[in-house]
Amino acid sequence: MLEPKQYRPLLSVNNLRTSFFRKGVELPVVDDVSFEVSSGETLAIVGESGSGKSVTSLSVMRLIPSPGGRIMGGEVLFDGMDLTMLPEKRMYDVRGNEIAMIFQDPMSSLNPVLTIGEQIAESLRLHKGLSKGKAMHKAIEILRTVGFARAAEIVNEYPHQLSGGMRQRVMIAMAMSCNPKLLIADEPTTALDVTVQAQILDLMQNLKKEFNSAIILITHDLGVVAELADKVIVMYAGKVVEQASVRELFNNPQHPYTRGLMQSVPKLDQDEDRLFSIGGNVPTPDNFPKGCRFCTRCPQVMPKCHQQQPELIKVGDNHLSRCFLHEAADV
Amino acid sequence: MFNYLLRRLITVIPILLGISIISFAIMQAAPGNPAVMTMDPTISAEARARQLEALGLNDPIPVQYVKWLSGVVRGDFGLSYTQRRPVMEMILERLPNTLLLMLVATILAMLVSIPIGIYQARKRGSALDYGATVFSFAGLAMPNFWLAMMLIMLLSVQMGWFPVGGVSTLGADFSILDRLHHLILPALVLATSDMAALTRYTRSSMIDVLNQDYIRTARAKGLVERTVVYRHGLRNGLIPIVTIFALMLPTMIGGSVIVETIFSWPGIGRMFISAVFERDYPVIMAITMIAAVLTVIGNLIADICYALLDPRIEY
Repeated sequence: MLEPKQYRPLLSVNNLRTSFFRKGVELPVVDDVSFEVSSGETLAIVGESGSGKSVTSLSVMRLIPSPGGRIMGGEVLFDGMDLTMLPEKRMYDVRGNEIAMIFQDPMSSLNPVLTIGEQIAESLRLHKGLSKGKAMHKAIEILRTVGFARAAEIVNEYPHQLSGGMRQRVMIAMAMSCNPKLLIADEPTTALDVTVQAQILDLMQNLKKEFNSAIILITHDLGVVAELADKVIVMYAGKVVEQASVRELFNNPQHPYTRGLMQSVPKLDQDEDRLFSIGGNVPTPDNFPKGCRFCTRCPQVMPKCHQQQPELIKVGDNHLSRCFLHEAADV
Repeated sequence: MFNYLLRRLITVIPILLGISIISFAIMQAAPGNPAVMTMDPTISAEARARQLEALGLNDPIPVQYVKWLSGVVRGDFGLSYTQRRPVMEMILERLPNTLLLMLVATILAMLVSIPIGIYQARKRGSALDYGATVFSFAGLAMPNFWLAMMLIMLLSVQMGWFPVGGVSTLGADFSILDRLHHLILPALVLATSDMAALTRYTRSSMIDVLNQDYIRTARAKGLVERTVVYRHGLRNGLIPIVTIFALMLPTMIGGSVIVETIFSWPGIGRMFISAVFERDYPVIMAITMIAAVLTVIGNLIADICYALLDPRIEY
């Protein structure tokens, strides 16, 4: 193996466009999204439901529900290969082996009729060619790593015998079993109790250090972002609206949507009767406004916003934002 | 599990008792009686009364039932009115033929409909999916006596590919091939409606399962589609199908009555029809009870299958 001579991100997604088709009409659920992640780095993708963040991650895995959805354009460069061009056969070696995924709902993401051990060992046998016995042995080992004291018994249990937090740890064990270079975690803590959330986040943090994996963390929880992420992209209605390092984003949010999100987080030192919320809903893809996609809900909307789509503009070091307000400020 | 089976077997007793009372009552309520249907109409009224007395048919119906029941408990289903032979003996002669027919029909239904249903679920909206749907509905809508006669007319009479009926060629030595040759058409007819229903159920069950989160997890592991569908999908998809199997058994017994009659298949279905026409009460009751027992066994097997397929179910 040659060491890469120059810096190259592990994953670089360029101008990704993924659409769903309903009655022949193209609905661009992910529209011109670009980002990069390097090994040992955590990228958070933040946005409300319907912003296209899950579809972005499924596009990377090439697991868009088909028929119905399709990657229409752009490239997903992973370790130098364009995954969008890879034959399906080669994708089987990438999925679960080099890129692994953790899903939102641990209650439904494990197969109810297979034991925990079988489900973890399956990846190991497939990708690492381990024998049944060796894979089971390794499964026990991994379960210990994710904090199961009774790992040797857990392998013979079924998902319904475990709690939500335990199941999510099993999911993580499954995802980490083949030491993937990239871990995609789609709202890994959303369905869990707050106390369990902290455990899972700790676990992911430790695994990242141990394996030096890159992590894409999809969430709408800004607390989780602050805890885990190195950099953040904020998505709205299929577009990236702001991109920055986590510190920069929290200290200096530029896009009106990001600011809205920040304000919706309850703060202890403020004594308000009502929590702030951004009025309205994310428009659905068949309903995207012609101009800026946020114009229907933006508190600082200008006439121009209804006419034209703003571009991503550099507003600081490694800080991009998609808003006409920054142009106005420059002038 | 053993305790559960024992409990289930105990609950079977009142069920069978209930069935026997209802069938006995319905049978008696039907117009006509053995005297009218089978006795020589020219004998004197006195002789007829003597015969009825000898058969016990002059007793009040509850007494007749209790007499019948006390025989059954001792394994004695009585003598056939028309053949003057023990009913049990007659049934044991013919039951294997019916069971063979039902077994082959069930296997045929399974082998055809489950793979087709899975294929339809995977390729929803494809031409083959629509084609199979059309065939399923046709299969459900076609009365089996009509289908049987069409097949006999086309494949047996006109093309000469299959015998028109019976279990084997008369006078020929026993051969498995000859038996199968005779078995194909009746089994196919008996299986048709279940095949159609099972295809529909498999399709919808697999569509449901393939949309589950754990299927996405399996795909994210890098498993090939075949493993995803058969290892992760099918076992979950089969759980509801098991119920359909349990329900299929009684309809098959009903279907065998028609199919056996049309294909002159010497099974208990055909025997049942002639017994009904002759008001041969002991034979009718015996076959009804066998059908009831088979149905109960089918349900029991379904319950055992649930526990085998689904670890969440414990007894």
